Amino acid sequence: MAEQRPEERIHNSNEVPYGFTPEQAQLEAERCLQCKNAPCMKGCPVEVDIPAFIQLIKEGDFSGAARKLKETNSLPAVCGRVCPQEDQCEEVCVLGIKGDPVAIGTLERFAADWEMEHPADSSSSLPAQEKAKVAVIGAGPAGLTAAADLARFGYRVTIFEALHQPGGVLSYGIPEFRLPKKIVNLEVKNVTNMGVDLQLNQVAGSTITIDELFQDGFRAIFIGTGAGLPRFMGIPGENLNGVYSANEYLTRVNLMKAYLFPEYDTPVIMGKKVCVIGGGNVAMDSARTALRLGAEEVTIVYRRTRKEAPARAEEIHHAGEEGVIFKFLTLPIRYLEDDAGWVIGMEALEMELGEPDESGRRRPLPIEGSEFMIDCDLVVVAIGNSPNPLLPRATPGLKLGWKGIIETDHETGRTSLPGIFAGGDIATGAATVIEAMGAGKRAARGIDNYLMSKSE
Amino acid sequence: MYRIIEKKKLTPESVFLRVEAPRIARRRRAGQFVILRIDETGERFPLTIVDSDPEEGTITLVAQEVGTSTKKLGRLKEGDSILDVTGPLGHPTEAENWGRVACLAGGIGVAEVLPVVKEIRAAGNFTQAIIGARNQDLVILEDELREAANELYITTDDGSYGRHGLVTEVLHDLINDGAIPDRVYAIGPLPMMRAVADLTRPYDIPTIVSLNALMVDGTGMCGSCRVTVGGETKFTCVDGPDFDGHQVDFEELGKRQKIYIPQEKCSLERFELSASGANVKE
Ligand SMILES: Cc1cc2nc3c(=O)[nH]c(=O)nc-3n(C[C@H](O)[C@H](O)[C@H](O)COP(=O)(O)OP(=O)(O)OC[C@H]3O[C@@H](n4cnc5c(N)ncnc54)[C@H](O)[C@@H]3O)c2cc1C
Ligand SMILES: Cc1cc2nc3c(=O)[nH]c(=O)nc-3n(C[C@H](O)[C@H](O)[C@H](O)COP(=O)(O)OP(=O)(O)OC[C@H]3O[C@@H](n4cnc5c(N)ncnc54)[C@H](O)[C@@H]3O)c2cc1C
Ligand code: SF4
Ligand code: SF4
Ligand code: FES
Repeated sequence: MAEQRPEERIHNSNEVPYGFTPEQAQLEAERCLQCKNAPCMKGCPVEVDIPAFIQLIKEGDFSGAARKLKETNSLPAVCGRVCPQEDQCEEVCVLGIKGDPVAIGTLERFAADWEMEHPADSSSSLPAQEKAKVAVIGAGPAGLTAAADLARFGYRVTIFEALHQPGGVLSYGIPEFRLPKKIVNLEVKNVTNMGVDLQLNQVAGSTITIDELFQDGFRAIFIGTGAGLPRFMGIPGENLNGVYSANEYLTRVNLMKAYLFPEYDTPVIMGKKVCVIGGGNVAMDSARTALRLGAEEVTIVYRRTRKEAPARAEEIHHAGEEGVIFKFLTLPIRYLEDDAGWVIGMEALEMELGEPDESGRRRPLPIEGSEFMIDCDLVVVAIGNSPNPLLPRATPGLKLGWKGIIETDHETGRTSLPGIFAGGDIATGAATVIEAMGAGKRAARGIDNYLMSKSE
Repeated sequence: MYRIIEKKKLTPESVFLRVEAPRIARRRRAGQFVILRIDETGERFPLTIVDSDPEEGTITLVAQEVGTSTKKLGRLKEGDSILDVTGPLGHPTEAENWGRVACLAGGIGVAEVLPVVKEIRAAGNFTQAIIGARNQDLVILEDELREAANELYITTDDGSYGRHGLVTEVLHDLINDGAIPDRVYAIGPLPMMRAVADLTRPYDIPTIVSLNALMVDGTGMCGSCRVTVGGETKFTCVDGPDFDGHQVDFEELGKRQKIYIPQEKCSLERFELSASGANVKE
């Protein structure tokens, strides 16, 4: 797939891969074998009918392909861009056994984008919404998917979102150059066009409680509040000026548009020498954002090696191409400050890999006496997020598990409280867009079964 | 959209607003705040909920116009709307019957202390409000506080009204006279809250301060508002804003409040230029 050249793209926030042209898409669609048992579909949590939509692309019926996608996937243009396809549908595509799997994700992006640029008359019949009222908390991928599917089943759905903007991590976390906000807004609009009522600035547990929702006549509630609590390492100097959590850094830039300061009022510190701590997608996004904000040197500091880094290979590759420096096997132990309380560097330890730990990855161990200094004027800590505790804290009786996730039944999303369902990062810890959407889909079905059995 | 029902200037640099926000009005408790975003290009910033009318569905806000966001707010008129208002956020202020409670406030903190005084008095305490301003023209909400508290003490920095001096001097005298409060609550500029905490520490008077860390989301998602309390990192928006004043690292918080000063200046200059009618171009 064609891409913006690295030396150009670090000076803008436009998307990096261009996507297929119609000719390329049809050529790629030709490769699909239209397998009878379609093993690829087993890799897709939102049950996209992969051979069917690819067949439509092959036939040149692009809007038909988009409609096919939307039968089960409410956010295809998003998924086509940010799904880790190599671990999902493409991993189990039969063509992948010997050579390259069909580029399912890129084809999905193509069809969804084509539809956005050539909007068909969408007088497609909406199911009458006459069933019970259902509340969805959080407008991230999990909540949006649950809401759309419930609306399809005929429920009257209201989404309550804490921020002033829907999308969850799609809006505040994933940067413009990977997922244009225009795309997110259009796909959210498709969901509200189905009759879903989206209420912003509503912090469930505070503006409105679970009890109040039931009193207001909502018969079931889906909680999709995500893993929004940033973790820190707890080392000295972590609260210095110029040390950000990745959430704050990315929220300022993406949600609040600090890259357009002073046109937009929210500022962000633009470092010259930036260190990003961590080895996941969030770290890569932060590093690449720093480059686009004009940093001279951006270094990823990660305690294991490239092989153990949880980020997608594509993200590490893109970051490297753009000039991000990787310092593997390195662990920060303290930050140093100037007189005004600004970070000026860090002390770090060299690491080596020991025996595998619970995650199966080799455990990083500090090498004694290996302390050394790294200069920097901005640090972004991207070592993960925990479930957002605000709503669970305000909802007594809700059973919580490891690190405060809400315990759910995998198949139905049921929680320990009747009528309350949950899914996405709040129920698994930080995971992926597509897994959150899959959970939203299963919970919508779980809610439908629950309400049907109650009305009998 | 959140419509402004009533607006008045309290002083040349502070504004009083009653804003339509029925859900927040119904649920808010003393000590809680909202996060506002005035317009599409605006930042998210916190203001204390000074009062509310659940029947009418309104909340009262009082803001000191110090920078772009608060000046933007000050320029709105009755009938205009604020784009986003989210809340109520933060833990409500604790109120038990401790006996005698001194509530100190400085600057715009005088507005923020009003709901706290009411709440603490309603819990059965004898409340002494001690408020300070730079000069007489900047004394706000005097009548409301006189009615809310059992006793009201006023100080001004220049002596133009009330007692000449600082609020801590009044507290110092109360303590010296043997009228040691059972609890102290302080809200206002950091140096003032810090001075109060330093004053009460030797007497072991439980002292609560309401911290004004810089915030973005206000829901615990970003960590912008982190403060060190008792050696641990806390998020002001969800763990506070009230904390044990004897445990707060004021030094660190003071530095963190200064992070964006150059940007705030630039933003304000740009805003005032455009507000004065000039055409702002990049
Ligand atoms: C920077 C970054 C990059 C990522 N990149 C990728 C990627 O490339 N591919 C991928 O698959 N995954 C990626 N992920 C992970 C993915 O974004 C998440 O797994 C996914 O968004 C989880 O969806 P969710 O709906 O469970 O939660 P979220 O997206 O977190 O949405 C939760 C929503 O609930 C709202 N909310 C929270 N509390 C309340 C409340 N009390 N009341 C009302 N609303 C509330 C929040 O404001 C938010 O809008 C990335 C994550 C980050 C942070
Ligand atoms: C929980 C909470 C409740 C608050 N309640 C009120 C209230 O009821 N009324 C009110 O007027 N203000 C209140 N504040 C402070 C208010 O949020 C800030 O004054 C406002 O965000 C400033 O924005 P600005 O763009 O107008 O000014 P900026 O341009 O951001 O700042 C202008 C000047 O004010 C200083 N400043 C900015 N923010 C703060 C802050 N949080 N604390 C101390 N100094 C600051 C800056 O350093 C700068 O010198 C509260 C803050 C918090 C955290
Ligand atoms: S949604 Fe994701 S997993 Fe499903 S087909 Fe599309 S790219 Fe593959
Ligand atoms: S497994 Fe691969 S080749 Fe077979 S239908 Fe799916 S995408 Fe086509
Ligand atoms: S303001 Fe973002 S966590 Fe408190």
